[in-house]
Amino acid sequence: MTTEMLHRIQFGLTISFHFIFPPMSLGVGLVLIIFGVKSVQTKDPKWRQLSMFWVRIYGLIFSIGIATGIVQEFEFGTNWADYSRFVGNIFGSLLAAEGIFAFMLEGGFLGLMLFGGSKLGSKMWLFATTMVVAGATLSATWIVMANSWMQTPQGYEIKDVGYGDQAFMTSFREVVFTPSFGPRILHVIAACWIVGTSLVISVAAYYLLKKRHVELAKTMIRVALPIFTVLAVLQVVLFGANQAIEVTNQQPEKLAAMEGLYKSTTCAPMYIIGWTDPDNETTTGISIPCLLSFLSYQDPQAEVTGLEAFPKDEWANASLVFQVYHLMIDLGMLFIAIGGLACILWIWKRKLWDQRWMLWILVSSIVLTQIATLSGWWTAEFGRQPWVVWQVLKTAGAESPNVTFSQVVFSIGMFVVLYAIVFTMFISLLNRTIQQGPPEPEEEGASESLPDSFGEIFRHRSRVSSGGD
Amino acid sequence: MWLNTTWFVLYVVIIAGYVILDGFDLGVGMLSPFLARNDTEKRILLNSIGPVWDGNEVWLVLGGGALFAAFPLVYASLFSGFYTAMMLVLFVLILRTVAIEFRSKREGARWRSMWDWIFFASSFGITLLLGVALGNVIQGVPLDQAGNMDVDLQGLLNPYALAVGATAVAMLSLHGAMFLTQKVEGELLDRITNLIPKLMAVFFALMTVLMVWTLLLEEAITTNYEDRLWIGIFPLFGLLAVLAGWRFVLKKQYLSGFVASACMIALLLATVAAGMYPVLIPSSTNPAYDLTVTNAASASETLTVMLVIAVIGMPFVLMYTAGVYFFFRGKVRLDEESY
Repeated sequence: MTTEMLHRIQFGLTISFHFIFPPMSLGVGLVLIIFGVKSVQTKDPKWRQLSMFWVRIYGLIFSIGIATGIVQEFEFGTNWADYSRFVGNIFGSLLAAEGIFAFMLEGGFLGLMLFGGSKLGSKMWLFATTMVVAGATLSATWIVMANSWMQTPQGYEIKDVGYGDQAFMTSFREVVFTPSFGPRILHVIAACWIVGTSLVISVAAYYLLKKRHVELAKTMIRVALPIFTVLAVLQVVLFGANQAIEVTNQQPEKLAAMEGLYKSTTCAPMYIIGWTDPDNETTTGISIPCLLSFLSYQDPQAEVTGLEAFPKDEWANASLVFQVYHLMIDLGMLFIAIGGLACILWIWKRKLWDQRWMLWILVSSIVLTQIATLSGWWTAEFGRQPWVVWQVLKTAGAESPNVTFSQVVFSIGMFVVLYAIVFTMFISLLNRTIQQGPPEPEEEGASESLPDSFGEIFRHRSRVSSGGD
Repeated sequence: MWLNTTWFVLYVVIIAGYVILDGFDLGVGMLSPFLARNDTEKRILLNSIGPVWDGNEVWLVLGGGALFAAFPLVYASLFSGFYTAMMLVLFVLILRTVAIEFRSKREGARWRSMWDWIFFASSFGITLLLGVALGNVIQGVPLDQAGNMDVDLQGLLNPYALAVGATAVAMLSLHGAMFLTQKVEGELLDRITNLIPKLMAVFFALMTVLMVWTLLLEEAITTNYEDRLWIGIFPLFGLLAVLAGWRFVLKKQYLSGFVASACMIALLLATVAAGMYPVLIPSSTNPAYDLTVTNAASASETLTVMLVIAVIGMPFVLMYTAGVYFFFRGKVRLDEESY
């Protein structure tokens, strides 16, 4: 094994682990905002109860997300020094912008969100929560921007000013709005919301199965299930389809690898499940005729370019990309079925609350949505290989030249052990929080004396501190 | 050139922001086993930084991003050159986050004491490692022509760098103690105020040794101070901040003492930065391989865009940082949401 491969393994491992957490916090954040709005509108104490319960889970998810996220920001420099030298002018500025605009917003208001629940009125708590979620969404936006530049780079020129080739920015606007950015950010945000709402649904279904906190659990499902179902449909027919068209236009060899298409074909089929063998250039499985042509060009007879049209040393690992891509697609279809079925049972027959088999499926949904987002991300990243910056810089040779094989073995070992411990504890504490359940409802009007505007915060707090409390 | 210099100054500001803000978090972590006598006291110490430590740590993320954007060659050379040390920093950073977050989520005494120990050790580890990294940067590192270097952990742990690390530990412990005077009360406060003069004495002693050592050893810095006399204002004001801190402590005005300690940190970092400018990372192999504000920086297009971003973003950052500190000011009260 080469040191480059070790660097890739480490980066892949750490970023995949990191990527478990931000989608959950983005989606749970959305649900928290809805709870907050309801609390302001109705004054019903159950909304505050739900908010205070989910904010605990949010804090747990968020803290692991931050800790593992710092690793990602440092690893470009530690493991990919030559990549960093090459793209610093462009990629670095997107990360720095993320730091100033997004992380600072999240980090600043997180304390208010997590610790302000018993000290703030509903409106001010909603404001703090909205700021944190806005920060997290902006963060996702800047990161997808940076990654989209690696997929479809533009707005740069390559010059050697004494430290080897470097990409210099010619237009910040073009760097930020690359052709793949729009479709990808919609696809990613929708995926994150699906993951987050599925966590809420999953916990609620568990309570229903155990006959605990039944009314609150029903409320959670009433809020999260419609969002989950609508997004699951939109994700397939709109955001996902749109993303596939973008890949067809911008990265045709990636699309060919995703579908295991070797010869350019009219009426190209799309596989539901299958196996592709790039050595013998064969793909077998169950497929729908002409669907790939239709999805790519909105014309069932259109010709889709196969991998043979490209040099073989520039092919991605088709057997891997094919599998992760189809895993995502199939799970995406499954989510429509799960969401649709649950909605039918709920609305049409009013039977969802005691259909145990359906509730068990809903409990498992969080695992499935996690696998779907991870495999989607893997499709994008494995599909980009052997390039780290699409058709500009190869992954091989972008690693840190001075870091040795044994150093990376050591750090991989360290991350595996550390992340295994962190994950075990995360799951055990998540389970503990879920088992403890939502806090007791506050007495009617208990939160009304809390400061609920900027002016009140100022007056209230200064009274407390001058009164000695 | 003015852009590069502006970014150099901004970068020092970001580092100072990180050291001042996360510095007291780290200080609280390092002091906690020596101050707290029972679980409630431990929780009070932990919750003194509870609502703000996340936001403070973001300054480190910002530091990483800004270095990547403004001086990508420094980011690449330094992070890859200090590979094993950086991995250890990441390791302790994660452990510390987990310790803060997980500690009070279970009742068991063994569970809590394990995380208390990790909270202490990781706070100490981060401070020492970052101090050692700074010490190596001041001394110079074996950069080759391509900007690569090969330093193992033993190479990093040289006497001068360890002295910088030890000074950092003393400085941030003192800073953390000053911060805690605003957050705790009763017996715990008495213990802290008794400790502060001792921490100050240790810090002054280490600082003096380090100053003399630097002047004797680092010719480039000495020469820079001789050539640009005006930059002498940084060490001069730094000394004034130290004396002011001493006076405030004697008069038991600890809030002013905390401000003095923050100023002292900023001025000490400025003293080092001004002495090194325009060099960012000196090469011990050949001065021609030094990474400087000109040869290691991004081009002016990137620096301009970044400056616009910083000018737009920074006022907001300062505004809500100030807002959050205002909201959570005063002594710690443990409640349902506390760690």
